[in-house]
Order: sequence, then structure tokens, then C-alpha cells
Amino acid sequence: MQEKGVYLDNSACTRLDERVLEAMKPYFFETYAVATSEFGYSMGIEAKEGLEKARENLAKKLGAEPGELIFTSGATESSNMALKGVALALKSKKKRHILVSRIEDFPVLNTAKALEKQGFELTFLDVDSKGRLEPETLRKAIREETALVSVQQANQEIGTVQELSVLSEICEEKGVLLHTDATHSFTRLPLDMGKLPVDLVTLAAHTLHGPRGIGGLFVREETPLQKFMDGGFQEKNRRAGVENIPGAVGFAKAVELVKPEETRRLKDMQDRVIARTLAEIPDVSLNGCKNARLPQNANLSFHYVEGESITLHLDMRGFSVSTGSACFSRSLQASHVLLGIGGDHERAHGSVRFSFGRFNQMEDAEAVVDNIKEVVCRLREISPLSKK
Amino acid sequence: MKFPYSEKVLEHFRHPRNVGKIKDPDGKGVEGSPACGDMVAVYLKVDPESQTIKDVKFESYGCASNIATGSVITELAKGKSLKAAKQITWKQASEELGGLPPIKAHCSVLAVEGLRSAIRDYEERHGLVTEKEPTSSDVVKRRLKHVMNPLTGLDIIRTDLVLKSSIEDGVVRVVVDLPLDHQFAKAIKEEIVEKLEALWDVERVEVVFTEGK
Repeated sequence: MQEKGVYLDNSACTRLDERVLEAMKPYFFETYAVATSEFGYSMGIEAKEGLEKARENLAKKLGAEPGELIFTSGATESSNMALKGVALALKSKKKRHILVSRIEDFPVLNTAKALEKQGFELTFLDVDSKGRLEPETLRKAIREETALVSVQQANQEIGTVQELSVLSEICEEKGVLLHTDATHSFTRLPLDMGKLPVDLVTLAAHTLHGPRGIGGLFVREETPLQKFMDGGFQEKNRRAGVENIPGAVGFAKAVELVKPEETRRLKDMQDRVIARTLAEIPDVSLNGCKNARLPQNANLSFHYVEGESITLHLDMRGFSVSTGSACFSRSLQASHVLLGIGGDHERAHGSVRFSFGRFNQMEDAEAVVDNIKEVVCRLREISPLSKK
Repeated sequence: MKFPYSEKVLEHFRHPRNVGKIKDPDGKGVEGSPACGDMVAVYLKVDPESQTIKDVKFESYGCASNIATGSVITELAKGKSLKAAKQITWKQASEELGGLPPIKAHCSVLAVEGLRSAIRDYEERHGLVTEKEPTSSDVVKRRLKHVMNPLTGLDIIRTDLVLKSSIEDGVVRVVVDLPLDHQFAKAIKEEIVEKLEALWDVERVEVVFTEGK
């Protein structure tokens, strides 16, 4: 076991890859100027080159033009920018209706709710028991006044992957803009803007062994987007504020380092945890889809026991995982994702998410199952609900 | 390592005392429900002569603070008279545990309520309830504070899920601000009925759902 134990909460945040830090360092200590125009001083021009190189590399990965990628402070800002930017830009055209899937992550969910308070109309799109949005549900919900649809590529908690190709075609056909949050899927799943008619995409580095505080928003050319944060004229006057050049460079490096073999390795760990847990522990259900699933996420509900008790026991044994139980959250609210897929409080109460990253090994996956087996067994011994 | 609880809480969480069921208990109390979050069951054996708690056990479907509180209150209650055990408060349990996070009050208070309801169950079964308080809207409210709103994990009174309640000729009517076909409507209804029908002067409980927001 590593010094800090086994970290299996990589969907929340990942350990920075040292190679990313190395790539960033020169932009802290050598080329630390702001990005200047081509008529600025040399350090600023070099900084600008670093920023634009990072933008180019990221855009390439996404099948986009460099000019279509705006750097932000992370996924939350990107999704705020996408939803607020489009809503405000289309407000005068009587497009005041927004569609959002019920299981979106908080940046999208709460930005949409904030817009609702400002007079926009908000409809939540229901998903099925695996978290999938039926194309027909989307088609029926789109109206004349619909400005924007926001559907994530993959879910942060249960890992369910949406059929973006089908959903984006519907939006294109209906002439409605589509935003997708790819915070948890970028580089782990294919996402090609040359092929998919998606208009806006939220990206972040913190889930990819990159630094925190840097993200991106892909904005397809000619997408109406009103600037929502005022200040300077950076990022072609679309995002104010001194550019986070070390962050951007780190983000690009982090993306460069993700390799398909690694993703397959994560999927092997995921498959192992799911298979062993379902086979070796009675009364467990898998949350989300078996197949249409992120490669690095396993989410399981252990009946008759509570999630925070499981995570604390695992923590004391050196494992970091998370749960959708109300008891674990700051707000004391059960996971809206698990409730959103029609699960009851009980389903959320005993849920545990294992999310894998670069620094995990197969033996970590084996060890966490060995331990959770014991922990769940002990907790069931004291539960009034278990059939002993 | 840095854990979110005191050493004492962790110790009780790791090795909870007095865990399990008692066969043919003299008193039994269940607080909370699986549909709504944490749940605690408390079982009692009472010495009828001295009216003291001979044995007490608990079971928990809950988080760490729920388990630790269940453990510590059974320790506190064992050997005490019913009268004294009834006086055990959440604050006492919390102090005994070296403090609990305030946000966890709800989960841990369930254990204290479980003990009290086990004692009340014993008293009701043994005809020891002398003062019969007539059911008023205050009594209803107090009881309904034990019904959780599964959408939030907090009780239905605090989260304004109960629009109004009325009592007439032994019939309690509770209006819940949820549509009838809501996923939790059935669970909430069952719980409301369970909490109110045990009152001595209540004959029937009606739960009415609104169309919701």
C-alpha cells in the first residue's frame, strides 16, 4: 500500500502527474509574463506562444479549431459560461426555454436553476433506470422557444454514457443548440467535434491528472454566446481575466499523457470490482449501465447498510471512496442522480462509488473488494434490515 | 490520518456495544425508516420489580454518528431505572462521545429517540402511562418530526412538506405537499400513519396529497 493508502475517488479529483508539473514549471519561473499581443515584449510573446500551443493541442484532440476553445477556471465556469452565455444571447429572440437532463452535475443543474429564477423556463429531462436519456424524450421536449439543451456525455456518479450521436442529431434537426459536459469522459471516450454536431463542450483538467483551476469550453464557431464575466479582452473578448498559462500548458500535457492502454487498464479494474462485488457479496446492485459506462467508474449499492459507515470503515483501512448517501454530503441531501434514476433513498443510502485513475493498480481493486466484503458483512450484522 | 469524528466516536463506531436483537423484548422502539434514511431499533428487558433496565440492545441502519450514539446510549441506559433512562438526552450522549458534528445531530438523535420509544412501548404495554395527553396539533407536529422527507433526509415538518393537519373526533387529517403519484408518497403515508395511529385517542389517520409544486 502507498503511503497515503489507496485513493479510489478519481472522479472527484486526481493526483497531478509529475510530468504535468514539469511542463508547467517554466511558465511559473521563466516565462511568467501575461500573454501579450504580437507587439508586446518577448517574454509575453513567448508566454502567448505557450498558451496557443496548448490550445492547439487540446483543440486537435477534440477535432476542433483552436479558435473554438476558450480556457476557463474549470468545469464549473465552463458550464456557467455555456448556459448563461447562450441564454442571455438568445433572450431577445424569445428563446427562453432550457432543457437539462435530471442527472447533470451541479454546475449545469444549478446554473439552469439560476436561469429559471431569472425568468427562463426550465424543463428537466427524465432518464431511465440506468440513467439513459431516451432520444424520444428529448425530441418531445424540444419546443419552438427552446434555446439550449444540456446533456452530459457521461455521468459523474454512475458513469452512464449518453448516446450523444443520436441526441445531437435531434438537436441539429430541430435547430436547437446542444451543450455537453464532458468533464468525466474527455479522453476516456471518443469525442470528435468534426463528427458530432455539438455546439458547446465543458472540459476540465482535474479529472485527468492535470491541475485544478483550469478547464475549457469548446464553442462552435458562430454559436451565440454573450460574455458573462466582465473585465479585460482576453480569449478573443470571450473570457475576461489574466490567462492561466501554466494551467493551460498543464491541461494540454495531461491530455497528451492519456493513452488508450491506460484507459483499458482502468476498465479492467472497474470490471474486476463490479464482477467480484456482485459475485461475492449478496444483495448488491450495480448503479448505472453495464455496458454504456465510463471505463473508470464502478458504483454499487449495498443493501441494508449506510454509505457513510462503509466509507468511514474503508477510510480507517486506508481506502478513499465516496457515497451518494445523504449522511456523507455537505448538504445532507441524498444523491440527485440516484434519486433521478428512480432509485429510492435506500438505493442512495448504501451506494459507493469507486473511481479509478493512473496511479491505481489491479491489486488496489482486489484489496478494496476484500475489505468492503468484510465491512459490509460487519455492518449488516448490526443492521435491523438484513436477513440474518 | 484525519477522520471526521472524535476518537471516542470512532471507537464506538468500530466496536459498538450492545448490538443485536433481544428475543421477546419487554419493550421495542424503532425510529426512522429505510425509505427515508437512517433507522434505529432498540430492544429492552426490564426488571418489573425495580423498574430498571436489565438489558438493552440496538441495531442500526445508519451512519457513523448513528451507530456510535446507539452504542453509547445503550451503555448509559443499562442498569438505570426507566425514569432515569428516559431523561438521557442527545446532548449527554454527544458529550459522552466527545462531541458530535452539529450537522449530524439528526442522525444521532434517532438513537436517543429509539431508546425513549422503547421505554414508552414498555410503559404502554404495561399500563404505566398515567397522564394521557389529548392529541392536539402540537402533538401531531411533534410526532411528525420523526417522519423523514426522503428528498432531503430531513424531517417533513422542518422541510415544510406538511401543509396542515387537523384533529376531529379521533380522526387526524394530514395534508402533504406532494403529488399522489410521487415516488415517495406511499412511504411517507405509511410512516405518517404509523406514527399517529398509536396515539391513544386517535381512531383513524387520513393522509391527503396535494398536486405539489
